[in-house]
Amino acid sequence: MRSNLGFFSDEKFRSIFFQTLVVGLFALGLFFVISTTSYNLEKRNIATGWSFLQNPAGFDISFSPFLEFKSTDTHLKVYFVGVLNTLLVSVTGCIAATILGFILGIVRLSSNWLLSRLVYIYVEFSRNVPLLLQIILWYSILIQLPRVKQSLQVLDVFYISNRGLYSPRPIFESGFLYVLIAIVLALISSFLINRWAKKRQDKTGQQFPVFSSSIGLIFIVPLILFFILGSPMSFEHPEMKGFNFKGGLVIRPEFIAMFLALSIYTAAFISEIVRAGIMSVSKGQREASAAIGLKQTWIMRLIIIPQALRVIVPPLTSQYLNLTKNSSLGIAVGYADLVHGFGGISLNQTGQAIECMAIVMATYLSISLTISFFMNIYNRSIQFKEK
Amino acid sequence: MNEMNEVRKPPVATTGIIGWLRINLFFNWTNSLITLFVIYCLYQFIPWILDWTIFSADFKYNYLGEQITNQEMCSRNLDPENGGACWAVIYVRFYQFIYGFYPKVEVWRVNIAYFMLALALLPLLYSKLPYRKYFLYFTYIFPVIAYFLLNGGLGFTEVSTNKWGGLLVTLVLGCTGIALAFPIGIMLALGRRSKLPVISMMCTLFIEFIRGVPLITLLFFGMVMLPLFLPEGIDMDGLVRVLVAVTLFQSAYMAEVIRGGLQAIPPGQYEAAKSLGMSYWRMNLLIILPQAIRISIPPIVNTSIGLFKDTTLVIIVGILDLLGIGRGTLADTNWLGLSYEIYFFVSLVFFIFTFGMSRYSLYLEKKLKTGINMGAD
Repeated sequence: MRSNLGFFSDEKFRSIFFQTLVVGLFALGLFFVISTTSYNLEKRNIATGWSFLQNPAGFDISFSPFLEFKSTDTHLKVYFVGVLNTLLVSVTGCIAATILGFILGIVRLSSNWLLSRLVYIYVEFSRNVPLLLQIILWYSILIQLPRVKQSLQVLDVFYISNRGLYSPRPIFESGFLYVLIAIVLALISSFLINRWAKKRQDKTGQQFPVFSSSIGLIFIVPLILFFILGSPMSFEHPEMKGFNFKGGLVIRPEFIAMFLALSIYTAAFISEIVRAGIMSVSKGQREASAAIGLKQTWIMRLIIIPQALRVIVPPLTSQYLNLTKNSSLGIAVGYADLVHGFGGISLNQTGQAIECMAIVMATYLSISLTISFFMNIYNRSIQFKEK
Repeated sequence: MNEMNEVRKPPVATTGIIGWLRINLFFNWTNSLITLFVIYCLYQFIPWILDWTIFSADFKYNYLGEQITNQEMCSRNLDPENGGACWAVIYVRFYQFIYGFYPKVEVWRVNIAYFMLALALLPLLYSKLPYRKYFLYFTYIFPVIAYFLLNGGLGFTEVSTNKWGGLLVTLVLGCTGIALAFPIGIMLALGRRSKLPVISMMCTLFIEFIRGVPLITLLFFGMVMLPLFLPEGIDMDGLVRVLVAVTLFQSAYMAEVIRGGLQAIPPGQYEAAKSLGMSYWRMNLLIILPQAIRISIPPIVNTSIGLFKDTTLVIIVGILDLLGIGRGTLADTNWLGLSYEIYFFVSLVFFIFTFGMSRYSLYLEKKLKTGINMGAD
């Protein structure tokens, strides 16, 4: 009796005992779920396996800017169109939300009371109203725009109607490839110049006009090449044919609603993060940099922002993750993203819920992991390094 | 001597209203220009919005004095030049917004549940409440009472959950999700910090998986996959399936927040508890968790705000919450085209709840900052 009790009081034994118990219960539960599921699937005549990916989808996707999609294409292609649409709205949304959020966060700290109150009201309203409601609201505003026949014309080439925004589509000719190569080379070389200039400044204290030289390299050199090659790009303008526009580039209201709602909603959160980050830099830093005669704009760029970024980047990462996950709400307005296209329509047509949901969840997990991986690298690069 | 002691007043231009205006609005000429521009914009916008929402709006009757029963009778549809918002739609459909399709004869049960919810929340929100202990007992048994009151049983006639809707569903999802996720979140947080590698790994995997996927995929999981996992004959209610998904989702976020609180507890607390001979559970229940939860209350409220907003996602799987009733009303030919009024109203209701919660969390943060000083010893 006594030895038995002593055996159980042994920490090592107990740890092994409990862990085996948990694993055993988990395995039992898993076995139960798998057996009932396979029974249920058989009974309801639901096929299993991945062969459905090769079957024709049989439906159309109205918004597929990167891949040409026909209803005879496979479910696998539906998946790729969905991933690209999810990425498109997430990336554009993240960029817009960051820019808007930084501007608002700085304006919120402005010494102008009225301006900072105004931003405060905006932040509170857009943070406290559900995102889904905002998406639906934007969509309902966009589809109340005039019909195609009476579409609003902006700058003679853009047409805005309840079917979306029609703009000229650029058509690239063969020579444009050289311009693209020039842009890429310019980006790489301005990056290298930036590094070289920093090293030289650290050594000798001499400054190099990095900003203007980069602008020159990235914009002016490709532009000159563009004209030398005889402008290898033309525009296809949208034309009114029958009841709709033909040709041109069309941005659907579903995308615009998603983009606006996601970026405006996330910008409110980002502005609060930016505000907290800037406020975390101690007042002495600002006073010290003013004392050595730095200009206001330089104080912000060289002293405040680099220190604030250390506080800003970790919560910013989770905002990017949230935005990407929130892009799945496109299903409410019919934006053909991963959840709506593949997890919604394909799932309903094939009935293979488990396979479809597994693919959708795995994709979101890998997108989330990729974002946190890159943001962690960036975070490490801006953290305080002790020399 | 007398002259030396004379108190000199500060310059007029830096104190009082004029001083405040000078410092905050007209500090320099760019600042003044911005101020004037903002005032101009507000001057254009505020009268217009006030006119639309209040002065030219219909609340029950249109400008002809008729009681409004459909959108054609709204002033803004009769007279597009002058008519404002048509709030009559909210007035007519108010019952649905608050109770859904709950039978009118039984609606007193919902009203009592709403009242009891307020009573149950009182001791949680206000720690200086007299007789708080007894109120807390009520809070613990409230979920059971609310279940029988709303669902039926114990002599009440049964009201199936597909008749529930509007604010009722929003509150049921929000409150149940938060209440159930709290203990699960604590267990997950403890599990993730456990020294047993298998348990810590399983908890970490669960938390990271849930946090890596959008809520909508979990709702789909609850709706289309959960029935496949269960043996025949067990038919789960739609609302329960959604609740399972919402609770799983919230518990992962709750776990991370509580883990943050656990990490802030100085190791001396653990060592002291162990040296008194406390077991793992006694140590956590009596020493660690009370401190950890206390400092993580503000972030807990913040994730709860997030969940409360996210309950709107259930409309995608066909549950009619507040937003769902709003969309349903818009689909009715009687009320077509009144989307601004309906979305404005739904936003306002959500805003009142979430803004109130965020103010409360700020108040707590201030109180905690002055109340305790963690890790200062």
